[in-house]
Amino acid sequence: MSTNNLSYNDQGGSDSAVEVGQETTPTSSNAGAGFGLFSTNFKKNDDLKEMLESNKDSLKLDAMKRIIALIAKGKNASELFPAVVKNVASKNIELKKLVYVYLVRYAEEQQDLALLSISTFQRALKDPNQLIRASALRVLSSIRVPIIVPIMMLAIKEAASDMSPYVRKTSAHAIQKLYSLDPDQKEHLIEVIDKLLKDKSTLVAGSVVMAFEEVCPDRIDLIHKNYRKLCNLLVDVEEWGQVVIITMLTRYARTQFTSPWKEDGLFDENSETAFYESDEKKTKNGDEKKSYMMDPDHRLLLRNTKPLLQSRNTAVVVSVAQLYWHLAPKHEVGVITKSLVRLLRSHREVQYVVLQNIATMSIQRKGMFEPYMKSFYVRSTDATHIKSLKLEILTSLANEANISTILREFQTYVKSQDKQFAAGTIQAIGRCATNISEVTDTCLQGLVLLLSNRDETVVAESVVVIKKLLQTQPTQHSDIIKHMAKLFDNIAVPMARASILWLMGEYCERVPQIAPDVLRKMAKSFTSEEDIVKLQTVNLAAKLYLTNSKQTKLLTQYILNLGKYDQNYDIRDRTRFIRQLIVPNEKSGALGKYARRILLAPKPAPVLESTYKDRDRYQLGTLSHTINTKASGYLELSDWPAVAPDQSVRNVEVIEPVKEWAPSLGKTGKSKLSKSSDDKFYSDSGEEKEKGSGSSSSEDSSSEESSSEAESDEEKSSSQSSEESDKSSSQSEKSSSESDSEQKKTTKKPPQKKTVKPTAKDRSYLLPIVCGPGERLHGFVSKQVPVSLSLFSLCILTPCPLSCAALLLQVSGPAFVPEKSHDLLHRMTGKGLSAQYQFPRQPCLYQPTMVSVQISLTNTTDHPLEQIHIGDRDPTGLDMHCFNAIECLLPEASVTVSLGVDFNDSTQAANFQLCTKEDQFSVSIQPAVGELFLPATMTEQDFRKEQGKFAGKTASSGALVLVTVELRELSAALITINTEKSVMGPMLLRDLKRALARA
Amino acid sequence: MQFPAKMIHSLFLVNSSGDIFLEKHWKSVVSRSVCDYFFEAQERASEPENVPPVIPTPHHYLISVLRHRIYFVAVIQSEVPPLFVIEFLHRVVDTFQDYFGVCTEAAIKDNVVVVYELLEEMLDNGFPLATESNILKELIKPPTILRTVVNTITGSTNVGEQLPTGQLSVVPWRRTGVKYTNNEAYFDVVEEIDAIIDKSGSTITAEIQGVIDACVKLTGMPDLTLSFMNPRLLDDVSFHPCVRFKRWEAERILSFIPPDGNFRLLSYHVSCQNLVAIPVYVKHNITFREGSSQGRFELTLGPKQTMGKGLEAVLISSQLPRGVLNTNLNPSQGTYNFDPVTKLLSWDVGKINPQKLPSLKGSMSLQAGASKPDENPTINIQFKIQQSALSGLKVNRLDMYGEKYKPFKGIKYMTKAGKFQVRT
Repeated sequence: MSTNNLSYNDQGGSDSAVEVGQETTPTSSNAGAGFGLFSTNFKKNDDLKEMLESNKDSLKLDAMKRIIALIAKGKNASELFPAVVKNVASKNIELKKLVYVYLVRYAEEQQDLALLSISTFQRALKDPNQLIRASALRVLSSIRVPIIVPIMMLAIKEAASDMSPYVRKTSAHAIQKLYSLDPDQKEHLIEVIDKLLKDKSTLVAGSVVMAFEEVCPDRIDLIHKNYRKLCNLLVDVEEWGQVVIITMLTRYARTQFTSPWKEDGLFDENSETAFYESDEKKTKNGDEKKSYMMDPDHRLLLRNTKPLLQSRNTAVVVSVAQLYWHLAPKHEVGVITKSLVRLLRSHREVQYVVLQNIATMSIQRKGMFEPYMKSFYVRSTDATHIKSLKLEILTSLANEANISTILREFQTYVKSQDKQFAAGTIQAIGRCATNISEVTDTCLQGLVLLLSNRDETVVAESVVVIKKLLQTQPTQHSDIIKHMAKLFDNIAVPMARASILWLMGEYCERVPQIAPDVLRKMAKSFTSEEDIVKLQTVNLAAKLYLTNSKQTKLLTQYILNLGKYDQNYDIRDRTRFIRQLIVPNEKSGALGKYARRILLAPKPAPVLESTYKDRDRYQLGTLSHTINTKASGYLELSDWPAVAPDQSVRNVEVIEPVKEWAPSLGKTGKSKLSKSSDDKFYSDSGEEKEKGSGSSSSEDSSSEESSSEAESDEEKSSSQSSEESDKSSSQSEKSSSESDSEQKKTTKKPPQKKTVKPTAKDRSYLLPIVCGPGERLHGFVSKQVPVSLSLFSLCILTPCPLSCAALLLQVSGPAFVPEKSHDLLHRMTGKGLSAQYQFPRQPCLYQPTMVSVQISLTNTTDHPLEQIHIGDRDPTGLDMHCFNAIECLLPEASVTVSLGVDFNDSTQAANFQLCTKEDQFSVSIQPAVGELFLPATMTEQDFRKEQGKFAGKTASSGALVLVTVELRELSAALITINTEKSVMGPMLLRDLKRALARA
Repeated sequence: MQFPAKMIHSLFLVNSSGDIFLEKHWKSVVSRSVCDYFFEAQERASEPENVPPVIPTPHHYLISVLRHRIYFVAVIQSEVPPLFVIEFLHRVVDTFQDYFGVCTEAAIKDNVVVVYELLEEMLDNGFPLATESNILKELIKPPTILRTVVNTITGSTNVGEQLPTGQLSVVPWRRTGVKYTNNEAYFDVVEEIDAIIDKSGSTITAEIQGVIDACVKLTGMPDLTLSFMNPRLLDDVSFHPCVRFKRWEAERILSFIPPDGNFRLLSYHVSCQNLVAIPVYVKHNITFREGSSQGRFELTLGPKQTMGKGLEAVLISSQLPRGVLNTNLNPSQGTYNFDPVTKLLSWDVGKINPQKLPSLKGSMSLQAGASKPDENPTINIQFKIQQSALSGLKVNRLDMYGEKYKPFKGIKYMTKAGKFQVRT
């Protein structure tokens, strides 16, 4: 750009001079005169000039449209500049826009004339219409005329504090333009960037980060204070901005946080063995592991980017994927797999880039993509570069377990009509054969079969690959070498011929009969061979001379003589060298003695490696990664710092209301209340409104309300519950149960509460519904009591198949999730593996009839535990959805997995075995009855209707359980439970009573 | 200057015969000779699709996409995520299609001014500015014949004077003040099945991907929720930005304020644990004999696991080996065509009648003396099944909040073949 710009600027002056010169010619010669090809052009343009100078807007517009068409075709329309620039202040907005387009295109070449338009823009910068202000700034900053730099600078500074976020966004874009026009402005521009980084508008965020990346990517100190804000705004930034911000934050995180990976393993799961190598190392690692705690800010970034994996924009998905790859702990990277595989359905070009990234990832982490192996199967309609990438990935994914499937697939590819692809497949087979020793022989046999293929490229490629394979285990395969010698006459591809000759020479002692014969044939055809074949012939001759000089002495001499006069100097050179080395004479000196050791030294087998092996030096998803060279402007991803820099730099003085980066279960549960769930997504963009730019949507305001409500509710409940607990002991309790087993009623004194005023709004809604016993109800009651002076009701739904859908009920989120977890496996019994379970009270994702259970597994030993999974289950037992096996759990690390259990509407315990690689432990989960329910929201009317059904004994509503708590007078409450399940009713009642009594 | 400017520098549109028919520069002008590197790559590629999407040149990088037989070549000067550019270029094509109905060279040339205005709005200094169709349509109205006539009479323009309401709103995809006399919301659940079937008819791999395309014409600011009977079928999803992610996470309900007009609400992948029902089978017998200049070709199609729905718009295509000179085939229904130059065989079958299975039989004449081809051709099948989504996904309810009127709602299901290949 720099050179470009300079040269353009230089030309600017001379160009305009030339332009003027040209213009004078036609006028002096009085137009009309025919100048061959050019005359028509001039005429046309003359007519355009007239149109532009007319009084009619429509004529002017037509003229501009024709001019734009010229520009689009790449034709030069610069001589119309004076006529066009006059219209810059036109009232017609379309005309004006087209003039802008023209100006931006030619201003650089016509600097003096362009200056005429500047005052118009300066005026427009003060226009009350934000669109006009913004577009004036856009054009002003796009005119690449150095003289106006101060004016631009001023305009940018003003626009950066404009009322309208749209104008501020434009100013962020203008920063980059000014910077490329005059880099000396850097310091001033950084000030503006700093100011704009503090902007809370989602509209500005992406653009200013872009400006930051371009102007001062090294000034990460500017990011500190804005880091948390950027993370929190991210979901609501427009998609293009998201990509830029995510890329920048990836770099930022690598400078600010410590590595979440264990020291030596990094990504490489295959190097686990190194871990055990020395005790010293082990303890050191253990210590480090213990001290590693992920910075909450690091976690915040990971958490807030994860939802973006669901974006429709492929660039966003890949940028999140690379962020996880470069920043997330090893066991969390897996979440990106599905999304990346999804992108393979997208356009060809997207596939290409995504496959490249997967190719790099799959070398280091086979496990991530192995379950999706079939997605990489090649289709005959794929483009060639897609085919070879898929082949690359399949080869990387191959292991002992799946190799037979992959080889079967490769068999089809070898037969492909696309011979280039077939050749690629043969190389892939070769790689599989060297990597997986079990199949080396099979592969070799398959390749030998291919030697009789009709296509020459296939045969040649097979020869080359077989040569490499034989080197790894030459002893057993003399018959293959013989076979290849037989084929030699029919193979014309030089590379393949050379390979066979090399094999003959290298293993000449194994084929003592054949090798000299081959040499004889070569001596005959030597002069007509390709250079590479000649070189190998010389090699073969030398080796045979050393091992079998009796038969080959004359042949060798003949070949060496031919080589001596060859046209190619490489061959002459080699011949001279070989002759000195092997033929003893007076001059040959000491080296001759070692000829045998030099030429017949055992050679290490070649390693067949992926071409993507070293691509991981580039950040994934970048252009540099795609082209495998450092693109200009590529910013290195730094290594993790050994010691984390000061964390407090990110603290912001003003405490934000939504600051919840500590992963606490209780909190996330609350934020998932059916109503307030909306606010996070269309996030905290309230400032839009306060800036007074109009158009605040209803969504916006309602979400704010609801969030504040939810918050105040939380406060209330906590303050109340503490007060209540004092009084609870003094509460008396009386209960009466009706004979009807389906209806249970209990009355009891409710806690007295008059401190908080009931809000009118709450009464009109049915209350958020609470399920389960114990703590939850406690929180619930205390929160709601003051409100429901007359009545409040609960409705609980058991998770039976699709009943929620059938009854058209809305399942709502839990109002409260207890943080209490139950022991599943104690670390003493679990040989260091401890497990705790907890009911997150979320609808189970696997099946609606299942209850979701969260298990957190902790490794308390000092060595990693491998392959934690669920083993045998009680055969008569319950249906369960197991979690995916955990490949490895590091010492002191813990991981949370979720499980779905279909308890079958009973409190029967789920028994199963928790297994590690070595051990098996029997464990069981015993649910409290309340955990089996899903809360649901329904209107009071519906509730009554459902309740009525029970009363009338026409109950066919299946799994519905309705709970009513009615408050009587000051200190009594009536609990009614309507259910069909005769066992569950009393149990639930008992739990509720106990919980209320405790409260 | 330390860094060359980032992002998209210039755009060239190249047609299939290798002519640049449109260029647009967002920064300094880059000479069109930079495209020579692209033409070189184009020459080297055997098929138009084989042109690599990213081509490095000494001073620039060329990133291109191929759509509707037009290459959109973006010129980049420095490091930028390639997908960023690729995704943007596709968005440009989508926008053109949206505006002009088709995205062809002729359409672009006819509307060159609108194209220029659009490109000007979509990128500022090479960085995407407005890509939402709802916002663009407020800035630049799509050309219609009526509007052109009106504009010539009244002198009004196609260009909006006010900042589109979407730009500043928290729902940038929707403009305010939408009004319709008939309020309607249509959703199309379209599933595509990708499969590779081997010689013996067993499935090597099969998966179902689906999308929900919506056409929503509702007044005001409606807030919609859409729930499924069986949301757990959806294994992996991606959303239009309007969908509230948290709500989906918690309740598996799609809750959104829709954009105005056509948009893709959701794309999804159906989990592969459930075995995919393959709705069609192919019986084939394609043989080449060594030394003979004739080959046999027999193909019979039949329905299988279609849930009682008929297979429609069945189209067979196959790339025959190079040695095949011509074919002499006899279709029991539909029309078939063989192009002796490209060796592409296509057979437009139409509907499959289960009582009378369609077949294509006959002989192929081979190049005399040429050896027998190694591989039998792969058969690509396209088909449609109306009124059914293969995975069984069903929409349970669609509700509207926030507005008072009663909208007309419609949901349609369809299954299509995606990349459906039979190896023979």
